[in-house]
Amino acid sequence: MPTVNVPRDLLFERLNRKFTEEEFDHLCFQFGVELDEVSADEKDPTITIYKIDIPANRYDLLCVEGISRALSIFLGDIKPPIYKAIQPTSMVQTIVKPSTQSVRPFIVTGILRGVRVTKNIYNSIIDLQEKLHHNICRKRTFVAIGVHDLSKLTPPFTYSADPPTSITFKPLNQTKEFRADELMEFYQSDNHLKHYLHIIKDSPVYPIIRDSTGTVLSMPPIINGDWTKVDLEGKPEKIMDLFFEATATDITKANIVLDTLITMLSEHSASKFEAEATEVFYEHSGETVLLPSLTTRTQLIDVKETNSVVGVNLKAEEMSTSLTRMGLKSSVKNKGSISVDIPPTRHDVIHVCDIVEDVAIAYGYDNIVAELPRTPTVARQFPLNKVTDLLRENVAQSGFTEALTFSLCSVEDECEKIRQKRIEVEPTLAKISNPKTLEFQTCRKTLIPGLLKTIQANKKMPLPLKLFEISDVVLVDEKEEVGARNERHLAAVAYNKLPGFEIIHGLLDRIMALLEVGEGNYWLEACDGNPTFFEGRGALIKVKGKEGAIGSLGVLHPEVCEKFELINPCSALEINLERIL
Amino acid sequence: MALLTDKVLQHLHKYGAVDTLQLAETLKEEHQKVIGSVKSLQSLGNIIEVEQASRTKTELTAEGKSFVENGSHEAIVFAAIPEGGISQSYLMKAVGSIGKIGMSKAIQNGWIKIVKEEGGTKVVKIVDSVDDSIRNKLKDVLASGTASHLDAKALADLKKRKLLIQTPVVYYNIKQGSDFTTQLVKLETELTPEMLASGLWKEKNFKPYNFQALGTTLPSGHLHPLLKVRSEVRSILLEMGFSEMPTNRFVESSFWNFDALYVPQKHPARDAQDTFFLSHPEKCNFIPKEFMERVKAAHTGKEFGTLGYGPGWKEEEAYKNCMRTHTTAVSARMLHEIGDKGEFQPARLFSIDRVYRNETLDATHLAEFHQVEGVVADYNLNLGNLIGIMKEFFGRLGIKKLRFKPAYNPYTEPSMEVFSFHEGLKKWVEVGNSGMFRPEMLLPMGIPKDVRVIAWGLSLERPTMIRYGIDNIRDLVGPKVDLQMVYNNPICRLDTN
Repeated sequence: MPTVNVPRDLLFERLNRKFTEEEFDHLCFQFGVELDEVSADEKDPTITIYKIDIPANRYDLLCVEGISRALSIFLGDIKPPIYKAIQPTSMVQTIVKPSTQSVRPFIVTGILRGVRVTKNIYNSIIDLQEKLHHNICRKRTFVAIGVHDLSKLTPPFTYSADPPTSITFKPLNQTKEFRADELMEFYQSDNHLKHYLHIIKDSPVYPIIRDSTGTVLSMPPIINGDWTKVDLEGKPEKIMDLFFEATATDITKANIVLDTLITMLSEHSASKFEAEATEVFYEHSGETVLLPSLTTRTQLIDVKETNSVVGVNLKAEEMSTSLTRMGLKSSVKNKGSISVDIPPTRHDVIHVCDIVEDVAIAYGYDNIVAELPRTPTVARQFPLNKVTDLLRENVAQSGFTEALTFSLCSVEDECEKIRQKRIEVEPTLAKISNPKTLEFQTCRKTLIPGLLKTIQANKKMPLPLKLFEISDVVLVDEKEEVGARNERHLAAVAYNKLPGFEIIHGLLDRIMALLEVGEGNYWLEACDGNPTFFEGRGALIKVKGKEGAIGSLGVLHPEVCEKFELINPCSALEINLERIL
Repeated sequence: MALLTDKVLQHLHKYGAVDTLQLAETLKEEHQKVIGSVKSLQSLGNIIEVEQASRTKTELTAEGKSFVENGSHEAIVFAAIPEGGISQSYLMKAVGSIGKIGMSKAIQNGWIKIVKEEGGTKVVKIVDSVDDSIRNKLKDVLASGTASHLDAKALADLKKRKLLIQTPVVYYNIKQGSDFTTQLVKLETELTPEMLASGLWKEKNFKPYNFQALGTTLPSGHLHPLLKVRSEVRSILLEMGFSEMPTNRFVESSFWNFDALYVPQKHPARDAQDTFFLSHPEKCNFIPKEFMERVKAAHTGKEFGTLGYGPGWKEEEAYKNCMRTHTTAVSARMLHEIGDKGEFQPARLFSIDRVYRNETLDATHLAEFHQVEGVVADYNLNLGNLIGIMKEFFGRLGIKKLRFKPAYNPYTEPSMEVFSFHEGLKKWVEVGNSGMFRPEMLLPMGIPKDVRVIAWGLSLERPTMIRYGIDNIRDLVGPKVDLQMVYNNPICRLDTN
């Protein structure tokens, strides 16, 4: 969930209201954002900063302009603005070369004229880009943004992808020119930019945007040129024409990003909420796109249906007013339906259900009357879980204490630590491709190592230690839909001055009696093939009418004890419950 | 010993009461031995009455005793100085090892002084005669065996000079008890089968029990605290009419874990940073073809009244296996099954099982945890029903004060986060997440248009940690838990605090 830091006083000034912290917290909660933390500004402790958690799909709330605008509308103080892109007589054009298609195929552009840039607004421009880059742009992989001082540039612009050795420019805030390949080398040591280099590093061509004189606007997604930067030059305020570009691998996200930038910052332009349309021409397809689109979509919703989903009984007029408060300008149509305008700020609205939610939020979740559903049902337990819970009780009644250990472990836990051969075991393990540590290399296929680890951590406890666990293990199985399946196992260990084989054997007898496998219908078969057990002291458990063994038990091999730092002998049992239920 | 107890009883018979210090002296026995026999008499019932007391024992040290015998160091030094004084080095030789302390004390007392002369220093008397009061004080202490007549400063001074030591001595005042006798009878410790058979128990006296001691620790097995909570939550959901889903499937395809739930393919939850993917088996073998086509149509906005997430939905992404990040993957399978049947039957479903996140671990986050999930599918359900279910369910967990916050979740809309007021932290904390499944998820499954599905989820660990006041999740789950905590854990009653 993104967090936005906004200076409290600036926010309240923009809202033209004052709140106590508690009141503001309440307002946030109702609206669906969260006042997460109140702190002092790092540079100037006299400034109070509100940290506000924003839902991941509300890109329009990622800056102080957006939050205050949405809250003012919610409070009924202002009406939702109408955003427009005006077509000038001659449009600024960007020509997209076919070479871009292999590396970063899309670009979207837009212009805001006469923007009154102050220190605060400059910060907003930077912060909003940063937030968008971090969230919807997924660290610049999907979309990368550049904002430029249009007065320094001579359109039309060209967006191409060139070999790094043929790109030379002075990057933002540097004093000299770099060749692109050298620049990438140079940024290896830049703590901020080094994270983005991988996006294009291995491409034979790098994306580059130039104006008609060859001046570089930017080398996306890495860095802008220095010449075109938005610079207050130490003045408190400056009127500027701003050119926005966003290059992308995902055109849907690029349009959302551009609309968000333009709608948020257009309140500072000469004519409020108005952008200047630009043109993007794709040479390879011959397609021309007018941008920013700033489209307001209209959606009809049914009042009765909406009331039925929310569980309220609002009149069409009330519902329409509620939606307008959520930034969705609405009007009542005939026959109980409402026409809802979805502005370019609300790309999160993709279906009628998103509008219905806004009705519920405006009404207030805490005002909805709670009522238990009348759904008639007959409940059933999942049989495997039912018998598991019954067995847990009974094994505990036999004097064993239940452990709860992790179902992910290291490959070593399944192999060397219990003296199993890696070459045989590893192919049967469901393995993780991206574990952050060794502990999460694989799903376990046996419960015994977890129990032994539990003893290892509890050696201070008085003896005997008798532990059990009933849980699922995972086995690779080609016949299964996902290529692996769970299997419910029961495992137990007895740890004492003597190995206690008869105790673990007694538990097996008890379990068999509980599961109605009669005496004589199961037996032990000596098995020296299992290296986990001490020679001559390991056995397979066989059940009449079942092929193969349903499990094994025995005295653990001394080397297994040693691997788990156990100082006393230990016997163990593990069975596949699913084979005897 | 038996003899000594007899002597004690005889003494008491004669004198009625005595203290053990006195008694030891009279009987010429060690005090500890006397105490031993008093204790053994005491354990036999009300034969004697015993009352603990203590007093301070004052003794002179070896040095203190030498002061009484020979005079204090300073007096010895004074006496060794002739009229007209003496060279310091001579004096030191004359009085030996005590010279240094003796001289400094004598100077302090104003008895003597040091005069510097050519060829060395000389010690001369200032007064004609002295009163060796320290020796007299020690004499008194030795004679009376107490220091009670000394003032605090003088006593402290003697202690400081290590001439006298005081130690507390515990002793007992004893007197005849209500069952006093000089004829001791051996008390029986326990009833035996023989006594029962012979009726001998009627004549025997029994040693009293110590009811202050704890009972013995019973050899027993115990259930794990978190799994006790799991059983309890399971019962609650069964009581509420929910059927249990078969969630025994830890490895899941991205299709069921994400795509079928309308999670966009470019959602951060599908990053390797957040989710465990499998290297073996890397891909699933099967996805129902027609259903996948409908899911794709929903994602790309081709059908089901949605704009979708734009073009670029890839089948390969759906085939990637992962460790399921939520049990909602199973809910999706169940709803798909319901939709596939043709005729819709309302359902209440639940599950409690393990789920996996490849996230940074801390005191409250592990890579695997238990998710509790509930789902209700019926015609015309509304948000009020969801709130009603939440109040009922959390109320039974003992979480009564709830409020609901709008939230974003890719597969529910409307969505609400459930907050409860934490009395300990004095703030609202999130206890669960809930919502109504999106039509883009349900319609491709074949769930009828007017059927709505409400669902909620929470971790099992969180309410358990809150209920039992556990701060670190590793103290509750995993091999490092303290078994003593498991042994001591009470039965699970979530509605009591």
